[in-house]
Amino acid sequence: MLRPLFRNYSQISQALLPFASRKLRHGQGLTTHCQRANAYASATIERKKFYEDVTISQGEGGLYEINLDRRKLKTPGGKLFTVPNEALAIAVATEWDAQKDTLKFYTMHLTTLCNTALDNPTQRDKNQMITAALKFLETDTICYRVEEPPGLVDLQKNEWDPILDWIENRYNVVIGSSSSIMGPQIPEETKETFHQHLNSYNFWSLTGLEYIITQLKSVILSLGLIDRHLTVEQAVLLSRLEEEYQIKRWGNVEWAHDYDMYELRARTAAGALFVHLTSESATVKRKLLQD
Amino acid sequence: MAAMTSPLRICRGILKEIRALKGPEYKQTMAYNYVMDQFRKNQVTGARYCRAQREALHASHTYLCLLNSTRHHQELHNLYHGKGERSPEEVASLVGLRLPTQPGGKGWEK
Repeated sequence: MLRPLFRNYSQISQALLPFASRKLRHGQGLTTHCQRANAYASATIERKKFYEDVTISQGEGGLYEINLDRRKLKTPGGKLFTVPNEALAIAVATEWDAQKDTLKFYTMHLTTLCNTALDNPTQRDKNQMITAALKFLETDTICYRVEEPPGLVDLQKNEWDPILDWIENRYNVVIGSSSSIMGPQIPEETKETFHQHLNSYNFWSLTGLEYIITQLKSVILSLGLIDRHLTVEQAVLLSRLEEEYQIKRWGNVEWAHDYDMYELRARTAAGALFVHLTSESATVKRKLLQD
Repeated sequence: MAAMTSPLRICRGILKEIRALKGPEYKQTMAYNYVMDQFRKNQVTGARYCRAQREALHASHTYLCLLNSTRHHQELHNLYHGKGERSPEEVASLVGLRLPTQPGGKGWEK
């Protein structure tokens, strides 16, 4: 229960939604801990649904807004909630529309991601986000191999090697894998290549990409998903490979394993969709093709 | 290459999820209209490799996964975690045990 709880935190503070005070995200040390506890508590307490109709409208600068009855949705930071395109607006509106009697913020992943991108609660710039995301490359899930048991060794080799080969070819880099606790030695050129590649993403898609990376604990799997080499299901399976192996051996516990898996899938899917819907390059390419 | 199901199945899957969310009047929702619209627009004759179409297919597959996983997660959450934590007495009785009682109280009751 603890792991999902911590994984949740960054989201929860944002999921506190339109009306919560901004104070929650400030402060350091002990107060932060208390606030974290508070944040988590209030995220599990579900707000009553206070609206009937959810609509979208196009406001200034062509940005889309969400309307709950007649009120405009705002971010937890108090900004007007706006998204760059119709598809994302509809997906977010659907999340709000899907709530029944109470608002379950922990099921509204796209809303959460938009809030994070709009408010930028940690006040980071693009460069800091890229560095934070690439930090995961040094400890990338699929680069760490076990030496026993033999079944798992084979499984990791058979499942992870193809995707490692794919990314090395796709980006023309060297990554490699290792069974030592220090992990593989990743050359500086590799990091530089990825740094440049991530720099081509805009702030919104980078927010989504970093989110996927922190969920899957793997830069490689995340890029595989964003480059459409993997589906969400495949990426999540590869990320949880050892867990799946243990499940096969010891049995599946629905309230822990399945619960985690569906949560991870939902978050990863939301992240991937968010990146695809907010990266400008995808739209430009599509227009060129239509001409 | 990512293995994906056919567009028709994905489309149906998404509509089924929207229906699960909204009930019988799901056809009036924005999401329904948008999804139908997108799938109609991206239909092509012949099975030529088309990048835009592949992208659309991947995105729709991802969206289906999002809706589906959120629903399953929600169901499991309600089933196992929806009621918060159990009291020691309840936990004990789950495995057929009872907490010991002490005649006259344990001394810290008021």
